[in-house]
Amino acid sequence: MGMTLAEKILARAAGQREVSAGDFVTARVDFCMVHDIFAASLFDLLESAGIDRIWDPGRVAVVIDHFSPPPSAAVAGLHRRIRDGVRKFGIPHFYDVGSGICHQLMVERGHVRPGMLIVATDSHTTTYGALAAAGTGIGTSEMAYVLATGTLWFNVPSTVRCEVSGSLPDGVSWKDAVLSLLGRLGSDFAQYQSLEFAGPALPSLEMAGRLTIANMAVEMGAKFCFFPADEVTRKFLRGAVWDGPMSPDPDAHYGGVVSLELNRLEPLVALPHRVDDVRPVRDVEGVPIDQAFIGSCTNGRLEDLEVAARCLSGRRVHPGTRLLVAPASRAIYEEAMRRGILQVLTEAGAVILPPGCGPCFGGHLGLLGEGERCIGTHNRNFQGRMGSPQAEVYLASPATVASSALYGRITDPRRVGAYVHS
Amino acid sequence: MSTPEGWLSEVIRGRVWKFGDDISTDLLAPGAYAVAPLEERKRHVLESVNPRFPEEVRPGDIVVAGRNFGCGSSRETAPEGLKALGVGCVVAESFSRLFFRNAIAIGLPVLPCPGVVEAFEEGDLAEVEISSAIVRNLRTGQAIQGRSLPREMLEVLAAGGILPLLKAHSQELSQG
Repeated sequence: MGMTLAEKILARAAGQREVSAGDFVTARVDFCMVHDIFAASLFDLLESAGIDRIWDPGRVAVVIDHFSPPPSAAVAGLHRRIRDGVRKFGIPHFYDVGSGICHQLMVERGHVRPGMLIVATDSHTTTYGALAAAGTGIGTSEMAYVLATGTLWFNVPSTVRCEVSGSLPDGVSWKDAVLSLLGRLGSDFAQYQSLEFAGPALPSLEMAGRLTIANMAVEMGAKFCFFPADEVTRKFLRGAVWDGPMSPDPDAHYGGVVSLELNRLEPLVALPHRVDDVRPVRDVEGVPIDQAFIGSCTNGRLEDLEVAARCLSGRRVHPGTRLLVAPASRAIYEEAMRRGILQVLTEAGAVILPPGCGPCFGGHLGLLGEGERCIGTHNRNFQGRMGSPQAEVYLASPATVASSALYGRITDPRRVGAYVHS
Repeated sequence: MSTPEGWLSEVIRGRVWKFGDDISTDLLAPGAYAVAPLEERKRHVLESVNPRFPEEVRPGDIVVAGRNFGCGSSRETAPEGLKALGVGCVVAESFSRLFFRNAIAIGLPVLPCPGVVEAFEEGDLAEVEISSAIVRNLRTGQAIQGRSLPREMLEVLAAGGILPLLKAHSQELSQG
């Protein structure tokens, strides 16, 4: 019987010819990643278990991105312990303060290739499915197990196929596409399942958009999310070779099929405090905002900053609103600088933050006070995530966030124009 | 390794604390305390939903919740906080995958049990038996059947989590 991408990748990683949804397998992991929230306690766990050698240091990346740069002496101390651990275990792929957000780096630095099985101590590891890799989040204890043994058990998920057709109308972005799925299907629609994209619109879905969608697949509960490898993938990887599964079998069995008709989409926003409470922007236009945030592993890429710059070029952010922009990596930061994007944003009144996760996960660099309201391009608006539990967070596309920053109120980007898809 | 029939067949008995759907890891383990010591972190578990919870929860108490419990991030600190407060078990309509794995990985009993929200009120006395997946309301006498955990998970849970398994693994390596 044919297999889905999740089944093919897990079968290969488990050394079996065939697996199907519901099977338990012990699989060899191809690569793993740990970030600074968990790296120090991970090294402690290994030590307390008496493990002084990891299975393959070359298949591990450690990234300092959540608290970057350290906001306190305690965190600086934590980072020191991480550097000590990286040295002790001889981990070559170490990305220190200022390098960027882990998921962006994993993709940018070539650690993710189609067909790989990748685990990381972060829920947004589903992002790697944009490159047809099976990426999923695990906790610290399980990561300790992976670092010691190179293996982990998996329940082979059933797969929902999502058929994408049509093309995005002006002013509508791939972020709106994933928000529309969330609003329609709900925050636990894909719980324990794999999401696999297909359909005639895929060739027009550029890598930045795929990364945004796969990133937020976990907000639907998905364990994996896949865009089968195609011309877009090949172009992005610039000829890098791989030998893993790249697409599902034509006769694979799916647990369900949903469709996504792009022509029907409009700019959307997720209302506080739910990722799946999604409405058209026009329904909530005029809601005043204190802070606008453009960044995160969802929408901090060059394409996103470019859209924001187009919306804000020659204009000023509303005086009652602060606009924070965090490029997702140093490479993006540098390219945005070369192209004059950062200059446009700064002149419009934006505060440019160092590459990292700070505000998105509620750590530092732009948290909200009681009663404050933020619209951001990130992935979660749960109560208390971005500072005070009495603050409100709306999620939207870079065009919607930039347009809202301009007026100090939630604003449909089609009023502002000058957007491109992102 | 101990067998799943070990302590998991014992009854967990405690008072019920009820929570709704989509209880996120941001509520369970707020980012602001992400790297604080466990003693401090546990004082903030679910405080924005019910400030009494971290103060008044007693060892053995049982958390009963709706759908998608533990949604959000990979923070193992989410189940860790509940375990540190002494919570005996989390019984929910359904769990987010990451929370579910992490709870097992640190040895916090969890049980998916459709119908549990309806069957309990806050403060009820509940009994949970993980090995048979049966949940009883001692006030109403109602017993409901949860979804049994797969054997692979029961083994990790029975061992007390991944860490004891890892210790055994490293001993094997040093003896081998």
